[in-house]
Amino acid sequence: MNIIHFFWQHHEEILELTLEHLWLVGISTLLAVAIGIPLGIISAHRPIWNRPVLGSANIIQTIPSLALFGFLLPVPWIGARADRLAILALTLYALLPVIRNTYTGIRGVDHSVLEAGRGMGLTERQLLFQVELPLATSVILSGVRVAVVVSVGLATIAAAIGAGGLGEFIFRGLAMVNNDLILAGAIPAAVLALSADFGLGWLERRLRPR
Amino acid sequence: MERSSENRPVIQLRNVSYTLPNGQRLLEDLNLEVQRGETLVLLGRSGSGKTTTLKFINRLLTPSAGEVIVNGSNAIESDIIRLRRSIGYVIQDVGLFPHFNVERNIGIVPRIEGWAPDRTHARVEELLQLVGLDRQMASRYPHQLSGGQRQRVGVARALAADPEILLMDEPFGALDAITRDQLQREFLSLQQRLNKTVVFVTHDLREALRLGSQIALMEAGRLVTILPPVDFLRSRDPLAATYVKAFGESLDSVANRDGL
Repeated sequence: MNIIHFFWQHHEEILELTLEHLWLVGISTLLAVAIGIPLGIISAHRPIWNRPVLGSANIIQTIPSLALFGFLLPVPWIGARADRLAILALTLYALLPVIRNTYTGIRGVDHSVLEAGRGMGLTERQLLFQVELPLATSVILSGVRVAVVVSVGLATIAAAIGAGGLGEFIFRGLAMVNNDLILAGAIPAAVLALSADFGLGWLERRLRPR
Repeated sequence: MERSSENRPVIQLRNVSYTLPNGQRLLEDLNLEVQRGETLVLLGRSGSGKTTTLKFINRLLTPSAGEVIVNGSNAIESDIIRLRRSIGYVIQDVGLFPHFNVERNIGIVPRIEGWAPDRTHARVEELLQLVGLDRQMASRYPHQLSGGQRQRVGVARALAADPEILLMDEPFGALDAITRDQLQREFLSLQQRLNKTVVFVTHDLREALRLGSQIALMEAGRLVTILPPVDFLRSRDPLAATYVKAFGESLDSVANRDGL
């Protein structure tokens, strides 16, 4: 088999670009979680924030990815290095599912549970950390799962601006009309997406409240 | 002017009104006093303002005008968290935390109050016994309990930190007749032993007559009358009479069906 031989020959480079890809996706997901969960909590608790926050996240989502890379290029510090730029763009795309699911998960907590908790003298902070977030965890995780799967695919485009990752193979393969090269990028990316989907899905089911 | 705390009412509402932001007036100039160890029942139809009145006491709602005095201090000025932790609260939907087992549900207030774990544990065991639940129930989750068991846990949770005041908002309203009867009976014997100051909301005259030491009848945001159960049955007040009549008729209609 031609392709297996090809993969074996290039296994070091495949591994390196896979790790680079994972790094881009991992850092951007962490950032999106760190920004998106607090924004989701704020929009669930303060209805005035709901429209501007979810609205902006929605608008970002509609910008084509190549165009977004282009827009961010002139931004100081960010535009100076391709990987910073790619991470910022991926973070922005990952925000919507994280914010939306945090919002939905927290709004979904049974009203009587909150009222009982408040009536017993739990502070708003205790309600958030002991009641709302634990009960919303599985919904939030399913948002993170969507964000990761989408990011794995989007990160291949980051190679277009020289940020590395598995997209390198794909773009090189396209330029050289070489299917083996395209597959060397596409197959590991698909495996990454599927395993992230499976792993987070498993975690989500385990944490689902009864 | 200082009166001894023994004969001072535990809860006082003075000229309390409540207006929604849109200008709709829900409660008008309400005055109420609840004495130590008394069970005051707020009786009324839905929309009469009884739940709103109850929520002033633990300040889930703040009145637009008037004073709420709990244990001698103004509830509107006192620390809201301290106030709520000193008041047990039971609601119709129970509101147990679905991700906590029975033990953690009952022990929530002691835990956030910083009790030592073994003291909380001992208290939970004591409370389970008090509300008639087997000790094995401690490790169950709310979805594994029947409606009656859930409400028993709700009552135990409200009693956990031994509050002097207990607020109960139609606690037995969603239960079947037999379970409700049983829980009402247990409430009475519990109340005999614990002697809490209770404010109890219901729309059921039978429940009010059975559990209350005073019945406050409410209608359309106003307090119509406050009477002990025996006097309520004899009251000349037209609304009270309507309640008594409707209650009597429902019994009669059952008797008449028997005759058919």
